[in-house]
Amino acid sequence: MHRILNWTQDKLRADLPDFKAGDTVNVSVRVIEGDKERLQAFQGVVIQRRGGGMDETFTVRKVSMGVGVERIFPLQSPNIAAIEVLRRGEVRRARLTYLRSRKGKAARIREKTTPRESESGTLVEKAVSKD
Amino acid sequence: MTGLLGKKIGMTRVFSAKGRHIPVTVVELGPCQVTGLRTPERDGYFAVQLGFGFRRPKLINQPMTEHFKKLGVTASRWTREIRDMAPADVKVGEILHCDIFSVGDRVKVTATSKGRGFQGVMKRHGFSGSNASHGTHEFFRHGGAIGAHTYPGRVWKNLRMPGRMGAEQVTVRDLEVVRVDPDANLVMLKGSIPGPPGGFLIVRKG
Repeated sequence: MHRILNWTQDKLRADLPDFKAGDTVNVSVRVIEGDKERLQAFQGVVIQRRGGGMDETFTVRKVSMGVGVERIFPLQSPNIAAIEVLRRGEVRRARLTYLRSRKGKAARIREKTTPRESESGTLVEKAVSKD
Repeated sequence: MTGLLGKKIGMTRVFSAKGRHIPVTVVELGPCQVTGLRTPERDGYFAVQLGFGFRRPKLINQPMTEHFKKLGVTASRWTREIRDMAPADVKVGEILHCDIFSVGDRVKVTATSKGRGFQGVMKRHGFSGSNASHGTHEFFRHGGAIGAHTYPGRVWKNLRMPGRMGAEQVTVRDLEVVRVDPDANLVMLKGSIPGPPGGFLIVRKG
């Protein structure tokens, strides 16, 4: 398996931002209608990322007119024009399937507080106290 | 017909220019050394024997060791003959790489499928089983009756029954070559291939 990963490494996209489960993102999807191409936005919360290399996918959930909609995107697909991270969420799990059974206020995700500067000057990816 | 020996690495996907997924199997293909030739004069048919993979010399049996030694070729783990591969084109000891295939070629792959063990008729032969309700009891995945009465008084030959499944030679035809990398000895073939990752394969043109 590692040989496949190594071999396809150079094909992976470098233009995508770093994001995790809990983040709110806006995904611009290329849609081809007839001979015209346009961008369609899908905005919601990332509830999971799975797989690796060329096979990685992520699931975005949003509530549209009271109906929960989830869409699974292949991360490396050329049909993904851009991913914009709108909000970083503070969550404790990698897969937020519990959001499906919650609605309204209960389905909120706390925003990650700004990462502190460590003494060496590098960013620490950890929120401050959790109360 | 030309071919090479190889090993299955695993599956992944690539995207076409239009953004469509193409499921691919990554195959380590070659390098294969020519370890013998078959000619009509001597053997009655055309073939090229290829060797692939490394095995510790201690583990190679005496007849094969002598065979490799006599021809002055490297001892290899697997040797197979590729029928009708013109021996005029190659010499013993020559090393063939996966660049004999190019993107867009159609190939067939012969391999041993994964062993499934002793399986019932539903999995092994696609029988539909019995009713789950309407009073059925202790007879859900059975194959039903296997014969008549006085005539023929026995069970027909080749009647499909439970038994060992898988671990047999399977050939998949018409697989498209999606990518060839002679430096890494790796090839991508569109679609799936029998056998587990690490399994031995024969890849032939056509």
